[in-house]
Amino acid sequence: MSARFRPAHADAPAFNAVLIGAALAVAFMLLVLPLAAVFVEALRRGLPVALDAIVEEDSLAAIRLTLVVAAITVPLNLVGGVAAAWAVAKCDFPGKRLLVTLIELPFSVSPVIAGLVFVLIFGAQGWLGGWLQARDIQVIFALPGLVLATVFVTFPFVARTVMPLMQEQGREEEEAAATLGATGFQTFWRVTLPNVKWALLSGVLLCNARAMGEFGAVSVVSGHIRGETNTMPLHVEILYNEYQFAGAFAVAALLALLGLVTLAAKSILERLSGRPSGGAA
Amino acid sequence: MTVSVENVHRRFGAAAALDGVSLEVAPGEFVALLGPSGSGKTTLLRVLAGLEGTDAGRVGIGGRDMTGVPARERGVGVVFQHYALFRHMTVFDNVAFGLGVRPRAERPTRAETARRVRELLELVRIPELERRYPDQLSGGQRQRVALARALAIQPRLLLLDEPFGALDALVRKEVRRWVRRLHDELGIATILVTHDQEEAMEMADRVAVMERGRIVQCDAPSALLDAPATAFVAGFVGEAARIPCAVRHGVAHFDPLPLPPMRVALPDGPAQAFVRPHETLAGPGEGAVLRLVRAGTAGEARAVVEAGEATLDALLHPQGAWAVRGGACRVQLRAAQVFGAAGAQARALPLVERAGVRA
Repeated sequence: MSARFRPAHADAPAFNAVLIGAALAVAFMLLVLPLAAVFVEALRRGLPVALDAIVEEDSLAAIRLTLVVAAITVPLNLVGGVAAAWAVAKCDFPGKRLLVTLIELPFSVSPVIAGLVFVLIFGAQGWLGGWLQARDIQVIFALPGLVLATVFVTFPFVARTVMPLMQEQGREEEEAAATLGATGFQTFWRVTLPNVKWALLSGVLLCNARAMGEFGAVSVVSGHIRGETNTMPLHVEILYNEYQFAGAFAVAALLALLGLVTLAAKSILERLSGRPSGGAA
Repeated sequence: MTVSVENVHRRFGAAAALDGVSLEVAPGEFVALLGPSGSGKTTLLRVLAGLEGTDAGRVGIGGRDMTGVPARERGVGVVFQHYALFRHMTVFDNVAFGLGVRPRAERPTRAETARRVRELLELVRIPELERRYPDQLSGGQRQRVALARALAIQPRLLLLDEPFGALDALVRKEVRRWVRRLHDELGIATILVTHDQEEAMEMADRVAVMERGRIVQCDAPSALLDAPATAFVAGFVGEAARIPCAVRHGVAHFDPLPLPPMRVALPDGPAQAFVRPHETLAGPGEGAVLRLVRAGTAGEARAVVEAGEATLDALLHPQGAWAVRGGACRVQLRAAQVFGAAGAQARALPLVERAGVRA
């Protein structure tokens, strides 16, 4: 046995080194390497070529569409997620556990199935297809379908980051506010919301990152109409399938960059708020 | 009456948290709700605050029927068990909250609010902490903030839910006296929830002892000690020890415990005797064992004696060198309160008044 003192809960140094090394190796192989490959590939023929591929008309349309979808999805999920978290954490009602399970449904169901469900409901042959067509409303293969699919897939992000924090904080502060004469709205706005603001921001950023990067569900409802219903991830796939590697990797690199910026913003926020990630502190 | 609770019932599922509670509190009165956990005292407090509904009965505060009125319209100040301070607000903003959420027409100006908040912080003696956040305060300071916040809405009634539980023993004693003085100065009615009988007895004008959703007795502290209404009250307040006995022909027998029988006016049957330390005398003799001997206050010496199965607090009588730890002694009871079947109770006295044992 080693003569040096070691706390009882610590493992042998060699064992620790192996574990940490393995974790780093996996992280490098699976996370860092592919990300680096995207940027290297995008810049292989120089920055001007990559930029040309991005300012090309269809690419710009895809970027614009992605931003529009995210701009609609994130506020919707912000409101819906906060409402769901508030209901679960601060109220008692029958079916509460069912609601918690339902909130996680998008995480457990394949996005492709989510997309198919929307086609089944809103598509030309779907349940509401005839009704929608009679009123000349296009949902599938148009912006509403893309937003619906993205909202579905990204719904849990805000709800799941805010809910544990709200649950942990309990209802005492809300009760105190009520005894001091605050209305329900005043209590929510002045007590409940400020108490979860950092977790909420981090949830919103995660939701945004996923909304911009969503592929599966969006792919089913989009119809891949170039310049019209192609989001960035779909556009990357099309370019790649057409052997336009420079363009594909340039757009992919931009998409990855958006994600990285979001992550950076999230960790800066966490540092500012002095809370670890997940918001469950 | 500032508070009049009439026959209030509240059930949670199958369990009755409040089972027909009635209580009256006069203006400026300090009443303690005392009982073990689960006796319904916190539920009653929450019903008064408007945080909990009632299934039946009537709640009046300040002459107005408050049954079904939401908490925010009651104007009742509450200090919560864990204080429930707004964690993202400074002390100043916490205290100002109740003023800031008023409808615009009734809301004081910014300067007026600041003046009132500073006045309150002065009152609870923490004017220097107004820029701090709750997590930068000690338990005692948080409690003062919670009190100032509750008083900011100028309540007619102040509710305190176990407010001293989080304080250490030394601080607690001082804070208790300070809160009672503050209550006397402000002249508002106060209801304190506690499971600590010493706290209730020291602070309150009247103590309502609760058991299983009912108030079993509501009286001045001295009356609770002298005339407990039920065996539960006798066991819960004071330091009385509970000893099982059997009454036969007007005499309480303690067999197999080595205690002398006592005369008591109760019908035959099993009963329970409650004896207080100053009614229990340990003298030289046989039968019991001295477990602990210590000097008490006012020249008396106290002892812990083991009389058969029962462990009793007693007075040493006479004091002297005979009393050694682990030595034999003889226990005599000067008096006891005996509760028989069906709530009957009577005072028990020694069969023979012995020289030197006279009270």
